[in-house]
Amino acid sequence: MTAIPLWVRRPAGERVGWLRTVDHKEIGVLYIGMGVAFFAVGGVEALLLRAQLATPEAGLVDPETFNQAFTVHGVTMILLAVVPLLVGFANYMVPLMIGAPDVAFPRLNALSFWLSLVGGIVLYFSFLAGGAPDTGWFSYAPLAERAFAPGTGVDYYILGLAVNGAGTIIGAINLAVTILLMRCPGMAISRVPLFVWMTLVTSVLILGAYPALTAALVMLLVDRQLGGHFFDPSGGGQAVLWQHLFWFFGHPEVYIMVLPAMGMISEVIPVFSRKPIFGYAFVAGSSVAIAFLSFGVWAHHMFAVGLGDTENAIFSATSMLIAIPTGVKIFNWIATMIGGRLRMTTAMLFAVGFIAMFVIGGLSGVALAVVPIDLAVTDSYFVVAHLHYVLFGGTMLGIFAGAYYWFPKMTGRLLSEGLGRWHFWLTFAGFNLTFLPQHWLGAVGMPRRVFTYAASTGWGPLNLISTIGAAILAVAMVVFFVNLVRSLRSGEIAGDDPWDAFTLEWSTTSPPPPENFARIPAVTGRRPLWDRKHPEARDQR
Amino acid sequence: MSAAVLGRRPKIGQDRTLLGVVIFIASESVFFLAIVLAYVAYREAGLATAKANLDVVRTAIFSIALFASSGTMAMAASARSGAWLAATMILGAIFLIGQGTEYARLLNEGVGPGSALFGTTFFTLTGLHGIHVLAGLVALAALFTANLGRARAVHAVAWEAVGFYWHFVDAVWVVVFSVVYLGTLV
Repeated sequence: MTAIPLWVRRPAGERVGWLRTVDHKEIGVLYIGMGVAFFAVGGVEALLLRAQLATPEAGLVDPETFNQAFTVHGVTMILLAVVPLLVGFANYMVPLMIGAPDVAFPRLNALSFWLSLVGGIVLYFSFLAGGAPDTGWFSYAPLAERAFAPGTGVDYYILGLAVNGAGTIIGAINLAVTILLMRCPGMAISRVPLFVWMTLVTSVLILGAYPALTAALVMLLVDRQLGGHFFDPSGGGQAVLWQHLFWFFGHPEVYIMVLPAMGMISEVIPVFSRKPIFGYAFVAGSSVAIAFLSFGVWAHHMFAVGLGDTENAIFSATSMLIAIPTGVKIFNWIATMIGGRLRMTTAMLFAVGFIAMFVIGGLSGVALAVVPIDLAVTDSYFVVAHLHYVLFGGTMLGIFAGAYYWFPKMTGRLLSEGLGRWHFWLTFAGFNLTFLPQHWLGAVGMPRRVFTYAASTGWGPLNLISTIGAAILAVAMVVFFVNLVRSLRSGEIAGDDPWDAFTLEWSTTSPPPPENFARIPAVTGRRPLWDRKHPEARDQR
Repeated sequence: MSAAVLGRRPKIGQDRTLLGVVIFIASESVFFLAIVLAYVAYREAGLATAKANLDVVRTAIFSIALFASSGTMAMAASARSGAWLAATMILGAIFLIGQGTEYARLLNEGVGPGSALFGTTFFTLTGLHGIHVLAGLVALAALFTANLGRARAVHAVAWEAVGFYWHFVDAVWVVVFSVVYLGTLV
């Protein structure tokens, strides 16, 4: 084993323990650990779904189990895997990147994590308590009402998401205050690394979106437990109110999941192109535009409800509008790479993969914003393909880029580049094999959330390809896991700054000491560590 | 105590705790906005029941207690006075007693969260507000107790932060009282 301390470089003999730590780095690692664990669980659920759908009229699982599996898969991946992974990296990196000793409220930070985790455990407890929720991750009313979902699954969904959401909201307050008030001398808001910018914008999105979900959950709880009528048409309520409230949360949630990943690749691409980011202000500003617009697009999830042509046209237009600031970022990243001295490390491969896959997901998103197209493919596998290109092809590849980039800072050891390449190419191949065919399946009419299909539909071959892709993806994740474990034990020693990077987290030890820096740094530009290493060629901003 | 002893009051743009509380209140506002919007969306359907069952004058009197408690809270925060804090707690408790007795009467008359759309929206909206008042009272009590002990050890920002939250709870009631109770008069 190693003499290198993991996660935090504490003085000899000092032990705090995971249960009572309030160090932002250890809490960040706890968040990441939670995300990895739930990602594995959600992945197993996905494999179960794909195994059942591999061939027509298969009987591997019964319809009830299938419904529970796709519901819990969605909730798990979104709220218990991706969000904790992103919040975990933000927790670890933001104070380091802005030259702060910790977050603004260290104890509140621990509370956020434990609430998030307990929310996830409550959701999974439903399996032991008579059955998991089976109403889909967005749990539409009136299906989620007591009359149609009489078990306790939906109640655990309500409780789990509310508690998890409370943790996420508290975490967002903490990160926002940290970024606004704890920057080191000289670290103007126009100089903070772009990952910090994205975290700030994401925090604002969380604070605006999650309370709407909590409100909707409370109303559903009143309906189910107190006999209320919020979403009960027979009692005068309107089921569509749930959809409005849920998607008022649900669409910003998409950006909550993708903006931090965009922040990660905005750190990775400049370092491995040996250039400053192209158009810093545009990357930051376009995120603010995305955040603003994201609160005005929710009804594009509801085109098929029948809101009316005017409403549909307005939401179609706002949804297309959001492609503009998103496109701006794509150009920023490409322009950063042009003329750079590219180092195609695994982190960089994943960042470039993000751009390619996210563009596909973005384009199918613009297609879905066109009302007639949406009406044709709504609730079909086309939508499943689209959302996975955004959330796996986008967010997850971004998270892997961040993981390869920051793992040496967090552990003192490099991840293996050899296994990393296997991980990347297996992921890339498996991902496209899984989800590209689903565009065709959706276009020819295969609905999402069906537990099987007739052989006469002709959907068998494409489904089989998709399932083979999922198996390759699973192998890729095993490779990553092996890489994590092996590198933790015996990876190459990283040193403080293995990538010759630009930002403050690389100016301290790997892993950093409890208070992060021996002295609070002072900075004069956007790339403080570059400035320190190249005083003759300081950044002008 | 004189202003010199009290020192400068913390500012939102500089103090972490105060900024955190303000951001928390902002997110709470989104939560209440959603609940109020649901009430408004179903107002027509429940209006007849509301007109028949709500006692606007009685609730107005109890509301004055809550509104007045914002004044006493402001006095408490500026002077760091336990007496004003106690007055705030009493006024807040009077408001809750008013709400509790109104609930008891409505439930006796057969108006409950499950009876019809009005009951569902009314009890959810006023109940969530009531829970927030209760949380505010807990915060006030914690501050009061800390102040009884070593008053100088109580950080200035604690007074400001608890005050902010209490004013927010009060402001929400201005909206709820207008929408729910005054709404029956038009």
